Amino acid sequence: MNFKLRVWRQKNGTAKGAMVEYDARDISSDMSFLEMLDTVNENLIHEGQEPIAFDHDCREGICGMCSLMINGVAHGPERTTTTCQLHMRKFKDGDKITVEPWRANAFPIIRDLVVDRRALDRIMQAGGYVSVKTGSAPDANSIPVAKEDADAAFEAAECIGCGACVAACPNASATLFVAAKTAQYAHLPQGQPERSKRAINMVEAMDRDGFGSCTNHYECEAACPKGISVRFIAELNRDFLKAAMTTAKFGTLPPLPDFEE
Amino acid sequence: MKLDAKTPDGPLEKKWDQHRFDMKLVNPANRRKYRIIVVGSGLAGASAAATLGGLGYNVDCFCFQDSPRRAHSVAAQGGINAAKNYQNDGDSVFRLFYDTVKGGDFRAREANVHRLAEVSTQIIDQCVAQGVPFAREYGGLLDNRSFGGAQVSRTFYARGQTGQQLLLGAYGALSREIERGTVKMHTRVEMLDIVKVDDQARGIITRHLVSGRIARWGADAVVLATGGYGNIFYLSTNAAGCNVTATYRAYKKGALFANPCYTQIHPTCIPVAGEHQSKLTLMSESLRNDGRIWVPKQQGDQRKPREIPEAERDYYLERKYPAFGNLSPRDIASRAAKEVCDEGRGVGPMGRGVYLDFADSIERLGRATIEQRYGNLFDMYEKITGENPYELPMRIYPASHYTMGGLWVDYHLMSTIEGLHVIGEANFSDHGANRLGASALMQGLADGYFILPHTIAHYLASHKFEPVSTDDPAFEDAEREVRAGIQRLLDVNGTRSVDSFHKELGHIMWEYCGMTRNEAGLKKAIGLIRELRAEFWRDVCVTGENEEFNVALEKAGRVADFLEFGEVLCYDALQRAESCGAHFREEFQTSDGEAKRDDENYTYVAAWEFGGIGEEPTLHKEPLEFENVELATRSYK
Repeated sequence: MNFKLRVWRQKNGTAKGAMVEYDARDISSDMSFLEMLDTVNENLIHEGQEPIAFDHDCREGICGMCSLMINGVAHGPERTTTTCQLHMRKFKDGDKITVEPWRANAFPIIRDLVVDRRALDRIMQAGGYVSVKTGSAPDANSIPVAKEDADAAFEAAECIGCGACVAACPNASATLFVAAKTAQYAHLPQGQPERSKRAINMVEAMDRDGFGSCTNHYECEAACPKGISVRFIAELNRDFLKAAMTTAKFGTLPPLPDFEE
Repeated sequence: MKLDAKTPDGPLEKKWDQHRFDMKLVNPANRRKYRIIVVGSGLAGASAAATLGGLGYNVDCFCFQDSPRRAHSVAAQGGINAAKNYQNDGDSVFRLFYDTVKGGDFRAREANVHRLAEVSTQIIDQCVAQGVPFAREYGGLLDNRSFGGAQVSRTFYARGQTGQQLLLGAYGALSREIERGTVKMHTRVEMLDIVKVDDQARGIITRHLVSGRIARWGADAVVLATGGYGNIFYLSTNAAGCNVTATYRAYKKGALFANPCYTQIHPTCIPVAGEHQSKLTLMSESLRNDGRIWVPKQQGDQRKPREIPEAERDYYLERKYPAFGNLSPRDIASRAAKEVCDEGRGVGPMGRGVYLDFADSIERLGRATIEQRYGNLFDMYEKITGENPYELPMRIYPASHYTMGGLWVDYHLMSTIEGLHVIGEANFSDHGANRLGASALMQGLADGYFILPHTIAHYLASHKFEPVSTDDPAFEDAEREVRAGIQRLLDVNGTRSVDSFHKELGHIMWEYCGMTRNEAGLKKAIGLIRELRAEFWRDVCVTGENEEFNVALEKAGRVADFLEFGEVLCYDALQRAESCGAHFREEFQTSDGEAKRDDENYTYVAAWEFGGIGEEPTLHKEPLEFENVELATRSYK
């Protein structure tokens, strides 16, 4: 198969970027999208040009490192599929394919298709956990959890933190990401003591890093490679509202730290 | 060099308890005076960093990914073992210990493995308290399943993504410590050297992958949790970034590398589709519970699978191992697949594949049951191959998956460099010559949560530490070397891509040092690796410069290390003139093709000391003593 690619090239965070056209020739339909880019890069290196930088690691759809807006869709045309698991047989020979990075203020571009997603880590640091010191846990079976609750927690916990929800959202909001984490713990007894504080702090952390707010477009669910449901956003909203009216303290997060590299 | 494992005295089941009492402690108020470097943020690294931070130490944690949550532990599918005996089916700490020692073909230390089995139960408690959503039964209690090599159900799991859920638990704990300020996290930073001051590990040199900045980091102790070296085969189930650089550079600085030839090949991966392939994807071993493995009886049979009549199929595992059949252990199933493909009976476009057929199970149990059990795996298979496994048999083939070898460590998880601790897959310690399913996650978390935090305290409390300055000549020298190494890569200005060298090295390793090995092949491989390494330094093309985000440069450094390390792996396979666990030497097999161990001569850990690039490393032996189990021959017939 042969394709015409239009790829965003940008040397670094401050340089001006541009779309550049490349031919992808003799591509096997069995290649993944990333293997197609590998092939293009191999040719670029042969011609003495710098390869296209893109993020990837596990290449089996679980680490959340790969990204890419493919023809304007986060992770490309196939539903519930990460870019690394998208195969070229899903395209037609001769297709024109536009490849861009995630675009969001909270995700500054590092180079070409690579963006800085540390803002997601900072949201997690604001409360995406159950506070438990190593060694202080009771026996694992001492607190039964109804199977339905455990299953609901698992469905939320499937989030791989890739940021597709942010890239797909017209507001560049990370609400689905936040909701997936708060819902996981809200469905488990272990998550109850910090439930209110978690909802408030994680939403505040999202705002602090410049993500937008949710206005119910549901683009996030459509783009999510793990099919995380927007019903978790409704659950987060209820938790947030309840916390806001009862126990919560706002404004307890420190300001954003100065970024070292 | 005398290798002292520092195994405590006393009866096996009392050793760890007694030793925890005997070890020195660091007073809570003094812990903040110490700084510890943790390299790697997978299960071992994240759990260690979080726990050390929680105890009050100052921790600097490093990972090369953009977030600690992406370390390759995330990809583990199956589960995690623990001797909880929740199923009341006869499990115990001693049984988990015994199964692990036997599964490792009696090439691991008894005391280490027993300690692992002891702390396994605490790991599950810890993870559940963190909110890890393990599978549960309708009554609300935890569910278990059985895994290869065990006759009890002791594996805890979270559908097909136990690794991700456990890692997110550890990442949560780590995130909490980052917020509290005890841990400083450094992402997209790669360790390029260890720094020794007065023969103690006192720091590291790193390169920032975005800016190219080379930095020096000082500390009182260094912990490597940098994973395995399975990517030496190029095609493996490892993530693209997995590499040997951290452990290999520690080896060059004096840490011994133990048992590198113990590399595990997983039998059920999706076969190679073409030269473009960058990755092999594992299909969970659980599929072998309901799938039947076969190839055509006739060589070069080009018919479609459904056109081959029953009488012309060879269900070779069922034929050769009637007792275990399709559930034979990983190494045995892998070698049997290679054998039938070598005979020209392999299937699929490249001829390197065997069928894993669900037709009988679907007829017996109905499609709905199979879908419920394996639906997500079938979907994944279809995504990658474009074939529907409900209609056609899957094609599978073995692939490099896990490496049991690693840096040599004593009972305290400390390497032969004082102060340099090594945990998780990066060390060699607990799996012997072969790792059982669902044991890797257990070991990573055991080391990080429950073992290292105690032993490192003992190390810190037993030594006086002068404050370390990164202006020390040792740091200057190390940084200079790192910079020179990078410049050397940039100066070659050749024509071949880094990937092309990595691929070629992978071919050599897989051909001569893969599933089966022999003396002539290994000697040939050492020669081929040397030639390839010479060509690499003549003709590699690394574009760009150091002071930028430079993917080619990152890879080049890692592949350069693999090109040296490959030799060590071959030397180890060469000296071990026996077959044991995952290491199969063709010269040492029984008349019916089974592995033949040589306990009299090879019951030792082989630990290698660096002797210069292209020089044969020096072998040191740590004898293994078995006081609690009897060395038996593994039989799965």
